[in-house]
Amino acid sequence: MKMTEISVRVNGVAMKSSVEPRTSLADYVRETCGLTATHLGCEHGACGACTVLVDDVLTRSCLKFAAMCDDRHVTTLEGLANDPLTDLLRQCFHESHALQCGFCTPGMLMAARDLLRRNMTPDEITVRNALAGHICRCTGYSGIVHAILLAASRLKPDD
Amino acid sequence: MKPAAFDYHRPATLAEAIDLMERFGDSAAAISGGQSLVPLMNLRLSPSDQLVDVSRLAELQQTRDLGDSVFLGAGLTHAMFEDGAAPDPANGLMRQAASHIAYRAVRCHGTIGGSVAMADPAADWPAVLLALDAAALVRGPMGERRIAMDALLTGTYTTSLETGEIITGFEVPKLPADARTSYVKFNRKVGAFASSLAVAVRQGEALRLVLAGAGPRATLLAATAAAFIAGAPKTSVRNTLAGEVALIVEADDPYACALHIATILRAIEEIS
Ligand SMILES: Cc1cc2nc3c(=O)[nH]c(=O)nc-3n(C[C@H](O)[C@H](O)[C@H](O)COP(=O)(O)OP(=O)(O)OC[C@H]3O[C@@H](n4cnc5c(N)ncnc54)[C@H](O)[C@@H]3O)c2cc1C
Ligand code: FES
Ligand code: FES
Repeated sequence: MKMTEISVRVNGVAMKSSVEPRTSLADYVRETCGLTATHLGCEHGACGACTVLVDDVLTRSCLKFAAMCDDRHVTTLEGLANDPLTDLLRQCFHESHALQCGFCTPGMLMAARDLLRRNMTPDEITVRNALAGHICRCTGYSGIVHAILLAASRLKPDD
Repeated sequence: MKPAAFDYHRPATLAEAIDLMERFGDSAAAISGGQSLVPLMNLRLSPSDQLVDVSRLAELQQTRDLGDSVFLGAGLTHAMFEDGAAPDPANGLMRQAASHIAYRAVRCHGTIGGSVAMADPAADWPAVLLALDAAALVRGPMGERRIAMDALLTGTYTTSLETGEIITGFEVPKLPADARTSYVKFNRKVGAFASSLAVAVRQGEALRLVLAGAGPRATLLAATAAAFIAGAPKTSVRNTLAGEVALIVEADDPYACALHIATILRAIEEIS
């Protein structure tokens, strides 16, 4: 099977790589780029732990091949280190005890940020619906939902 | 799990894509959003070892006003319908259905064409497009053809697409402003496939009633629709419905039958 040449911008860094076509975007960011905030739980779209952004669009990195992301911008949680909204969410997760082992947390933060960018004033049901595709095995969801609602309450109109 | 090895092709035009699909025959698969195909590949349930990426083909992203109907490209994502970025000739029904498919990250990539080609018996788009009496436009080595939804869906995960054919889009009739629609999805968890899905589209005395999540494909319940439109008493509509459902549900499953009857009756209520 032939290798595929790709050019991807990962967290702002231009990468040129030769990948096996079957390499998932998740394995690419974890193994080729060494970015391990992206976690793999189920590899079939159900758990949400692998969620990243491709061209700013929420993406299951287990359901995309790296080859399909040629010429795209990929953002993992590491790439949001200085993002004010992610920072606020991180703080609120901390205050609300919204994590224990942290396995689901990168995906939770990605989904929460995406929700708040589309809807700055979500109610609890909206938050719970937005988290339906994210499975947490140890903390339970109350703290996570609380954290996201807390972050929403602290958002300023220009965030 | 990880997929088996395959070759990846990203043709620049639809014509090239069809050439590749024809050249590789049964070992080729188109990949659009990948939101159904990649899980299957990860489970090693897909036999294809030649992937033809159609996700960037401009032809599949188009929308066109055709007068009485609208052409909607196969590559439009569920999220585009959810966000109102794609036209909805069904007065909000398509938007409503799209926003109940899977999760946002899956909706941002999964496409209407991929969903129909996949033909999952419980999927949302095949049921909605059947209720809307839409047709698929298909391009293949032999040229273009138009396939009504009812003829396209043949069974569980199977369609009447021939080897090498690609769905380019759908012709969806425009509903008049006074048409009534209903979409009732019952699932165990937000974002999951339907345990039962009822879709109803009523234009005056014409009612199309579709049930999905029961049997091998989305099915029109013509007898129930006719009984309702003829003004039959409620118990008689319900009996006709129970009869139609019993023919579709394969095993002897009283829970499934009761559930399908409930979603369909609710849909009928909403268009009454
Ligand atoms: C966690 C999860 C939950 C889901 N829940 C739901 C749900 O509730 N309801 C629902 O309806 N769906 C659901 N889905 C499926 C989802 O809607 C998929 O997006 C959709 O079924 C496939 O679209 P795709 O573009 O990703 O197709 P792909 O995965 O790329 O392809 C699917 C199939 O279609 C073929 N194909 C793709 N494009 C074309 C084309 N243009 N012409 C011909 N063949 C083509 C491929 O070869 C493949 O066989 C879910 C998926 C996941 C992962
Ligand atoms: S690993 Fe991608 S959704 Fe679970
Ligand atoms: S914090 Fe452990 S899985 Fe969510």
